[in-house]
Amino acid sequence: MIEAEGLTKRFGDVVAMDDVGFRADDGRVTGLVGPNGAGKSTTLRVLCTVIKADSGQARVDGVDVAARPLDVRRQIGALPHLSGLYPNLSARENIAYYAEMQGMPRREAGRATRTVIDRLGIGDLSDRRAKGFSHGQRIRVALARALVHRPQTVILDEPTNGLDVVATRALRDVILDLRRDGRCVLFSSHVMQEVAMLCDELMIISEGRVAISGTPDEILRETGCGDLEDAFVAAISSERKSN
Amino acid sequence: MNATFTVARKEVRDTLRDRRAVLSSLAGALFGPALFAVFMNFTVERTIDEGEAAIEIPVVNAAGAPNLVAYLGQHLIEAKGAAFDSREELRASVRRGETEVGLVIDKQFGAALGEGKAARVWIVSDRANASAQTAVARVRGALRGYSSLVGMLRLQLRGVDPGVARPLAILNDDVSTPSGRSVLLLGAFTYFLLFACFLGGLHVAVDSTAGERERGSLEPLLTLPVSRGALVAGKFAATAFFMAVALIIGIAAFAVAVDYLPLAEVRMDADLGLVECAMAFAVLVPIAVLGAGLLNAVTAFTKSFKEAQSYSGIAMLLPTLPILLIILNPMQPTIPMMLVPSLSQHLLITSIVKAESIDPLYFAVSAASTVAIGALFGLLAVWRYRSEKLLV
Repeated sequence: MIEAEGLTKRFGDVVAMDDVGFRADDGRVTGLVGPNGAGKSTTLRVLCTVIKADSGQARVDGVDVAARPLDVRRQIGALPHLSGLYPNLSARENIAYYAEMQGMPRREAGRATRTVIDRLGIGDLSDRRAKGFSHGQRIRVALARALVHRPQTVILDEPTNGLDVVATRALRDVILDLRRDGRCVLFSSHVMQEVAMLCDELMIISEGRVAISGTPDEILRETGCGDLEDAFVAAISSERKSN
Repeated sequence: MNATFTVARKEVRDTLRDRRAVLSSLAGALFGPALFAVFMNFTVERTIDEGEAAIEIPVVNAAGAPNLVAYLGQHLIEAKGAAFDSREELRASVRRGETEVGLVIDKQFGAALGEGKAARVWIVSDRANASAQTAVARVRGALRGYSSLVGMLRLQLRGVDPGVARPLAILNDDVSTPSGRSVLLLGAFTYFLLFACFLGGLHVAVDSTAGERERGSLEPLLTLPVSRGALVAGKFAATAFFMAVALIIGIAAFAVAVDYLPLAEVRMDADLGLVECAMAFAVLVPIAVLGAGLLNAVTAFTKSFKEAQSYSGIAMLLPTLPILLIILNPMQPTIPMMLVPSLSQHLLITSIVKAESIDPLYFAVSAASTVAIGALFGLLAVWRYRSEKLLV
């Protein structure tokens, strides 16, 4: 479970996050949608403890991200926007490295690595070096790496970016699996159809602010739009007007 | 501690998988000794050749001065008679570069000598031909020797003490030992080893910070429950490991090279046995700590692989500056000098090569100071890793 209130972050003169607050529950998929540069990545980075907010608070399962970042990192699995692999290591070694860095002894790390490889169906990649992987293969291995320690909270930054139909569908299945497992999944995207298909909760973010949030139905009702894409455009333009 | 070890092991494995990286890291350690061996061999052989080997020179009218020709022969300068008939022919050959140096004995040589006058001999050479100058100097020296010998005989014949014509007796008293003499040539030793050491750590330092950022693997790494200090310590340890390995290879290669070089023939001696090698390693291994700190700090502040490579290239030059300074301006080791990394190692290595004993205090100060400065650089890298600017 993720709780955030009043998160604000400035980079020089640019306000990347302005009073962002929301809640993402366990067993639900929460989508963060917005145009490029809206502050999606900044929000996710704060939750992953990679950067610190200037003000406001965020908690993952009740643990404050600013005060106890190491404890938060144990509970989350993160797939940042740039999720490079080590090209000289095999997929298995890439994943096992993260398992060990999560504090697992080597044997246990090996076991956890095998399990996640099976679960994501990437056995054909496991002993090949990452050097020659396609973008889709890289994302799948990076996702396996993020999930190897079975985190309760999963944070994915634009995971479907650049993926083909088959890879997108495989990723969608993984996300739905995680939800069935009772995990909290927070992911960002700028593709509306994808969000509509997957999300239980939705937040539309624009110019660093949450323009509107709720279930897809609630958002349609509130904006009076027929589909989410129109709602998205309406929410963004009203946010721009109010600024 | 566990995480540090995991990071270090991964970085070492990652680097060993990259054949080009291994080659560039460790071949650098062989480059110095190889260059050194070739250069030294060349120098030594030339010294031996030109000092002691017999040379042959054409002499025009050799028959006119049999005693002089015999005297030259005693000084390993063989006269080739009948090669040229006239001075003009000899000059033409020298001008074409076919002959380095030749002698022409005057037709009146015998007569002039007999009358007690100055007999004429021409040394025909080309001043612009640099490689001929050693031979020219030897011929001139031999002729001077013959000239003063005949001069002394003439004085004696007239009942005059030859010493009258030699008011100064100039004697050389060289107190250097065979090992001491080699220091000049082995001065390059520390320089090359420092270079090899830094080159050994360069790839892993650049790859594990700037490379990590460029591949986009840094951000996910930072979401792991490992402190930034442990992360940097792991990368630091991997860098220091490769630097130490490069150092061992460099020292071993030098020991082999020195073993093969005919140093004794030029009255030099450099003992690089197992004990000396172990001592050299002990003196130099703190540089691996310093270098790991320096390289990781520099690469943590750079944004891309290319930038990291060019800045660490500059950083690699830093430790060689004190050595250049001491070569240009030789000084005796003091405790304050032992505080300066690379300078202290150079002075200690020089003592080892000269087969002098090392003051343990000097050794301790050098090692402690170098390691401490390396640790400070390491802390600088940690500070940078804690900053959000690392990702931007």
